[in-house]
Amino acid sequence: MTIHADHSAPETAVDDSAADVRTKFGISVEDYMLPARHQIQMVNPDGTLRSQDEQGTEPGHEYPTPGDAELMAAYEQLVVGRRVNDQNSALVRQGRMAVYPSSHGQEACQVAAAMCLSEGDWLFPTYRDAVAVMTRGVDPVEVMTIFRGDWHGGYDPTEHKVGIQCTPLTTQLLHAVGVAHAAKLRGENTVVMAMCGDGATSEGDFHEALNFAAVFHLPVIFFVQNNKYAISVPLSHQSVAPSLAHKAVGYGMAGERVDGNDLVALLAVMDRAVKLARDGSGPLLIEAHTYRMQAHTNADDATRYRPDSEVAEWQAKDPLARMKSYLTDKGLLDAAASERITSHAEAVATQLREGLGEDVPVQPLDLFKYVFAKQTPQLKEQSELLASELARAESANGTDNSGTESAK
Amino acid sequence: MTVTTSANGTTTANVSAATASAAASAAATAEATGPQSLTMAKALNTAMADAMRNDPSVLVFGEDVGMLGGVFRITDGLMAEFGEQRCFDTPLAESGIVGMAVGMAINGMRPAIEMQFDAFAYPAFEQIVSHVAKMHNRTKGKLKMPMVIRVPYAGGIGGVEHHCDSSESYYAHTAGLKVYTPATVADGYRMLREAIDSDDPVMFMEPKKLYWSKDQVDLGALRAEHDAGTSTEGRAAVARPGTDATLIAYGPSVPTALAAAAAAAEEGRSLEVIDVRTLVPFDDETVCASVRKTGRAVVIAEAHGFASVSSEIVARVQERAFHYLAAPILRVTGFDVPFPSPKLEHYYLPSVDRILDAVDDLQWED
Repeated sequence: MTIHADHSAPETAVDDSAADVRTKFGISVEDYMLPARHQIQMVNPDGTLRSQDEQGTEPGHEYPTPGDAELMAAYEQLVVGRRVNDQNSALVRQGRMAVYPSSHGQEACQVAAAMCLSEGDWLFPTYRDAVAVMTRGVDPVEVMTIFRGDWHGGYDPTEHKVGIQCTPLTTQLLHAVGVAHAAKLRGENTVVMAMCGDGATSEGDFHEALNFAAVFHLPVIFFVQNNKYAISVPLSHQSVAPSLAHKAVGYGMAGERVDGNDLVALLAVMDRAVKLARDGSGPLLIEAHTYRMQAHTNADDATRYRPDSEVAEWQAKDPLARMKSYLTDKGLLDAAASERITSHAEAVATQLREGLGEDVPVQPLDLFKYVFAKQTPQLKEQSELLASELARAESANGTDNSGTESAK
Repeated sequence: MTVTTSANGTTTANVSAATASAAASAAATAEATGPQSLTMAKALNTAMADAMRNDPSVLVFGEDVGMLGGVFRITDGLMAEFGEQRCFDTPLAESGIVGMAVGMAINGMRPAIEMQFDAFAYPAFEQIVSHVAKMHNRTKGKLKMPMVIRVPYAGGIGGVEHHCDSSESYYAHTAGLKVYTPATVADGYRMLREAIDSDDPVMFMEPKKLYWSKDQVDLGALRAEHDAGTSTEGRAAVARPGTDATLIAYGPSVPTALAAAAAAAEEGRSLEVIDVRTLVPFDDETVCASVRKTGRAVVIAEAHGFASVSSEIVARVQERAFHYLAAPILRVTGFDVPFPSPKLEHYYLPSVDRILDAVDDLQWED
């Protein structure tokens, strides 16, 4: 190891996972890599706990139930996430934001993807994963800057180790692979969460990212939120594989299916995946079955391609109601806790309304400021041209136009 | 006057012969001090080795760059010296190579990656255009992309289909990418070191036909120049001084332009040759100073002329030097046809004759 000699490679890294699996679980490596026969589900839609033998677990696919403190913290983020989604959709309707791809209905996936990680880990989100980004700790208003239209990004990716929200499908999975690879070369114990949707699994970069991660034996968790539609196109038009999780074995990694509206099961599966990856298992693929309750964005009309009855069916599987009922029955969630959590969610909503309610003047000359680390003479010329236009407009109007001229 | 279509005159050599030739030149020693005969292939190879020695975050990866040393042998010996963690082969997937390099650059590395051939780099186009070029901008400079994407490009080696293409204009057109192309052995070393040092992403376009061109260079002096930190980024070079007209060329076209200038000198016409060196950033100052001096110019490029770097150069020069011009600026470029097969490429590539014909058309009688 010649890179950054102050780090050493983790001792736990193992490449002979096949032999390891056989001794550990008494199953073949294929049975380990193929998802369990049924999706992992721990809590029924009505909030009742499923019995141990109905949770979908098998040898090699066993998941300990998360602890009470983790469940409560995750529930709080779930409530905040739902409030954020609905607040943002409202802000779009009020014209405060250009667009918002809501993850309403998928908040359990959002919360679990962020909460299973440690501080030094990285998360690579898509455009629909704003709630995961916020759950990771990024300032909500900074997250929404991209959708307000001020700039094509609003937060510093290095601050909370969250990649910039990515719109070209699955291109970010390769960035996740690169971050994990760099960390591995330095001997750092970093796990990377790489998120995408069901439609995105058709993209070439999905294949390349999974293959690279497997070949280089990198601790990347590929987390597919299967919300059943790629804008209007149903999953049946994307893939005829038995499940998306079955794709894992083709790359030589383990895959699993989980109920994406069951936060308990999600945390159990994701926590174990992070632990396995950190201990040297190489990459893993997790497919979460969930549903995009609202249209793709405010510009989409979901009634053109899916029946109301289908939406109603998924309404009954709502992750929030399920978790609330489960935690209440378990005696963890009482009226006081519920009230505290609701007021936390309201505080975040207020922060969003206030932060996005006022127009922050854009800086036209910023156009030229960040194209290169070292600016070119051509951009300097063009920057001076715009500056002189702004100065002329300012003197003509007798007002300060430096901030708002470009919007006219 | 003879028609030369490439620096080494081999218009029909196949790729494997070219590869063998590169291997032979890469084996030449590069350690001696003082002037020595060196190929551009070895200069590039030495630049990477020096950069890797200086900075442990510099990584080299791509297809066949490890054990084989690259199909053109430009990465020869790097895996042996720096180990499989710093010079390695990837699965065969160009988008994967560039996308993974983006992630590595995010996480503190300086990848210098290889696309095997110009026309095989297109699967990576989305990563290059949507992420490599934009990451610094989208994050307001919080994430830099200190990476080099090396692309063997252009013709003159008799490459079969999809083994020769002039793709520089795609990259030069993309805001956020710097585009370098060396034409001399010394610039091969100098510019690749600068590209690896750069905090901006650099598309490093290597003229395939010049890999085996040789020159007397002093590596010790080049290393000292690099360590002194005198960057030549964005500066064009006067490859041959002259007074009557300016030939503006870059990369593979520079030797052709120099040959044309030598032929013109025999006829008593003094042509200045400008080697553009970096397409982005572009050196308006040096190029326009030459044209203002001579009053006449021909732009030479192997790539298709339509909507290209050569058309950009013409536009820029006439915007800045119109009143100094005695004639319209002309171009000698590849025709607007798909890159031709080996037996046809010499009809396509800019030649000395075609350049001299263009010079003759610069309205001398006025």
